[in-house]
This record gives sequence, C-alpha cells and structure tokens, in this order.
Amino acid sequence: MQATSTLEHPEAPPAVKSRSFKRAFADVREAWDHRELWGHLGWQDIKQRYRRSVIGPLWITISMATTALALGLLYSVLLGAELPAFLPYITVGFIVWNFILGCVTEGTDVFIANEGLIKHLPAPITIHVMRMVWRQVLFLAHNLVVYVIVMLIFIGTLSEPYRMTKEGPLQPGLSWEVLLAVPGFVLLAVNAVWVALLFGVISTRFRDIPPVVNSFINLVFFMTPIVWDASILQKFAQGQGSWRVLIAELNPVYHFVEIVRAPLLGHRVDWHHWAIAGGFTVVGWVLALVILRNYRARVSYWV
Amino acid sequence: MVSIDVWNASVDFPIFDAKSRSLKKLALGKVGGKIGSEGRVPIIEALHDISLSLKDGDRVGLVGHNGAGKSTLLRLLAGIYEPTRGHSRIVGKVAPVFDLGVGMDPEISGYENIMIRGLFLGMTRKQMEARVDDIAEFTELGDYLQMPLRTYSTGMRVRLALGVVTSINPEILLLDEGIGAVDAAFMAKARDRLKDLVARSGLLVFANHSDEFLAEFCDTAIWMDEGHVKMHGGLREVLTAYKGFDPFERMHQHDETPVLSGNGGE
Repeated sequence: MQATSTLEHPEAPPAVKSRSFKRAFADVREAWDHRELWGHLGWQDIKQRYRRSVIGPLWITISMATTALALGLLYSVLLGAELPAFLPYITVGFIVWNFILGCVTEGTDVFIANEGLIKHLPAPITIHVMRMVWRQVLFLAHNLVVYVIVMLIFIGTLSEPYRMTKEGPLQPGLSWEVLLAVPGFVLLAVNAVWVALLFGVISTRFRDIPPVVNSFINLVFFMTPIVWDASILQKFAQGQGSWRVLIAELNPVYHFVEIVRAPLLGHRVDWHHWAIAGGFTVVGWVLALVILRNYRARVSYWV
Repeated sequence: MVSIDVWNASVDFPIFDAKSRSLKKLALGKVGGKIGSEGRVPIIEALHDISLSLKDGDRVGLVGHNGAGKSTLLRLLAGIYEPTRGHSRIVGKVAPVFDLGVGMDPEISGYENIMIRGLFLGMTRKQMEARVDDIAEFTELGDYLQMPLRTYSTGMRVRLALGVVTSINPEILLLDEGIGAVDAAFMAKARDRLKDLVARSGLLVFANHSDEFLAEFCDTAIWMDEGHVKMHGGLREVLTAYKGFDPFERMHQHDETPVLSGNGGE
C-alpha cells in the first residue's frame, strides 16, 4: 500500500535551498552546457524571420548599409568632417550600436516573450538570454559585410594616419591592432548577457520597465558619440573648463562602443575605455547574480 | 536512482493585475485554488502543503477536478515551479509533455521541432539526428514532417511530442491530459513504448480523466483536490473514492478483455 510512503519519506536535506548562489551559478553553467540548444534556436530565429522572403537575410545588411550611408553623408556635412574618414566611423558606430540596442530592448522582453517555453520545459532561464544574445551576434555578423565593403572603398584613407575632422586628433590608421576588436566585442557580449538577465528578470516582474527602457534608449543613442565624434566636445571645452567632456565620459555605452569601434577604424584606443568597461563587467555580473539568486525561481511564476 | 521528493511544498501564484472586485467573484467560485492575499498582491494558492516521495518504477495516475492543481503539480514535479514554501528535490532526467501547442514553433517543420524539443530535453544534435528516422517511423507522419507544424492536427502534434519523449529514454516522464487526442491505433503503439519506458525503471506521472488509460499505465494514484493531495494510494482505491463507485467493475461488465492486467492497486 502506498499510503504508508509518507512515513518513510526522507527528511528534507538542508542542501535543497532554492535561493543560493550555487543555484544561480548552476543556472549560468547549465545554460552554457546547453550551447547547442541556444545556438540552434538563435539560427532558427534568423531563418524564421526571413522565411518566404526572396533575398532573405540580405535585408539586414541592406537596411544597415542605407542607414549608414545616408547618415554618413548628412553628418559629415553638418559636422564638417572628411567623408572618407567619417562614413566608416558612422558605419561601425551603427553596427555596434545596433547590437547594443538589440540586446537591451530584446533583453527586457526576453522572459516575457519565452513564456511558453519557460512554463512547459524545465531549463535554466539563462538559456533564453543566451539565445537572444547569440541572435544579436548573428545580426552583427550580417552587418559586418557593410563594414568590409566600406573598408574596401576607403582603405586608401584609413591605412595611413588620418584625421576625422580638421581639428581632430591624428589617428594612427589601420594596423594589426584591428584584432583588438575581437576581445572588445567578447567583453561587450559578456556584458549583454548580464544586462539581459538583470533587465529581463526585473521587467518580467514590473511590466512598466520595457516601455521605459524603449523610450530612454533613443536618448542614449543621441548622447553617445555615434553620429558625432567625442573630440568635438574637447574642441568646445577649450578654455571653458572640461565638464563638457563628461557628457561622453559618464556614459558607459560610449566606452563599450569605443573598445569595439576604435580598433576597427584604426583609431587609438585609450586604456581608460578598457578599464571602465572591465569594471562594468564585474559590477554588472555581481548584480545579475544577486538577482538570479533571489528571483531565478520566481521567473516562471511571473511570466 | 531516479526519485522525486517534495516536502511540505506550496505553490502560490501572485496575481499582479487582478482587480479586487473581480477577485471577489473568483473567491465565490468552487473551481480552482484558494485565493488568498499576502500584502498588497493577491495570490492563488494553487498547491498547498504537498508532501510526496516517488521512486523509480512508480507509475502514478493523477486525478481530480478541473483546477484541482494537477497541471501545477506536474510542473512542480518537473522542476518548472520551485515551491514558494517547502522544498523539492528531483533526481533524474525529466521529460514533460504538457500543453502540446507550446514549446513547438508552428512555423517550422516537424523535423525542426523534433530537433528543438530533443535539445531542450538535454540531447545533443547528433543524438537527435540518429533518432529522427525512428521518430518519423513511429509517428507515421512521413512526408508531413517536412511541413510547418501549423498544418498539423492536434492528434498529429501529440504523436510528434510522444515520439520525441519516448525516443530519448527519459528517466521521469510527466504526461498531462492532452494525450487523449490520438486515435486508438496509435495509442496501442504508444502504449508499448510507454510500458517499455516504465519497465526501464523510469518514473511516470500521468494526469488523465479516462479510467482506461489510467488502468493501462498506472498502479498507484494521487487524487488532487483544491491544491491538496486528498488521497494517495492504490489506483483502484483512489478511483473508487474519487468517483464514488468502483470503475473497474464496470469495465469488467463492458468487456472481459484483460485491460486491467496492469492494475496493481490491491
């Protein structure tokens, strides 16, 4: 008779605590072990978006190319910059920004959008974040085609020392340092994961967060040196005190854009960008792990 | 060693968007979990003080009215919901088959869905590729596997989902009610596989309203009522208490086929 089974029921071991850093780490680690799953799902997302369209994923590339071209032409006139130097600058800035934008806006939505999967299949919640970030990486890979084309066109200017604007600092030009973009991007992607985890969990509980983030992200775009150059601030700052420089320096997004963008353009990367980006990585992951520890198990209740 | 242990576990859902007026109406109803309020957010106590111990070889039927907490209990056992109070420990590879529409993308083909479901259940791509033919043969879907899932009928989706979970040798199989949507011929086929699965010292928890299905697969049963385990014991006992009559006697009267051979309630 099974009714007696409660008598021989083992005592609850103290180890089965739901809220522990061990479980939070396990969630991230298991998500990494499932990389075949989110790798597959990320690809599927891209294929899915362009199913039944004729030129398919090329649309991602085309839309990036037109935006970069139009804004490059416009802003090089507005800011009095050299087109051969400025068009690549805007192109790369846009490619990196698009990655950040995608990770932040889709990151707030990441668990809400995956409600069905979360409620029906037991899996670490970090999987959904990894899938989203991987999808954004694939988008970025599509956009790199635009970078390569622009580089081929303007290689004459960029391969030797050049200035973006007449008063701007002299940049060393493209060299092997272009490879520094790889660790820069890896650091950016690592940060994308914690941002999506943190904002994702909070947004699942407080549904006001996604619209708030979506409206502020535009402001961040204009505050970040993407269509304009940070050296402009220095120009205005001369003799006036240097507080204007802080407009860019206090913006964490600027530092992340810079560690990826500068090597790709043959710009000198100031070490302080790396230091600040590294600091953000540590602080952000600590925050995300605390949130993961306390609310990981609540996500399936909240979605 | 496969096991599921649950100690005094409760599952409370916070309802953030409920208005107090409509809540009053809900509280008067008889269906569903108890609605309480802790602080400002109303909560639904879907499961209350559940203690269970299931071991390998257990074949448990889950009965109860709509809203008694059967599906929530299955999700608790799957590890999808961690108890809000109390503890749970699940040892073994879990394969749930709940709502058949979810976890499957309607726009992609049956093959792709097999792959994704398999990966979610902890298989590698290679392992799944090796099994795809077997699943295709078992589900009898043939060329339909190339079609997007939205063209499938409910029964075809059940076939696909059952094909995947039974092919990957899970240690713990959790089945919700949707399984009934397949025809008798396919059920007979699935029955063999499910029995195999249980025989390989797996653990099965099966929520269903059909006495025949329960008699077929389960030997013990849990009767859920208003989020509590009202009764846990032999299948026949529990069903008799739940229905108010012994369903097995009636089944005997209808036909004498040895459908009850799997019944180990007494």
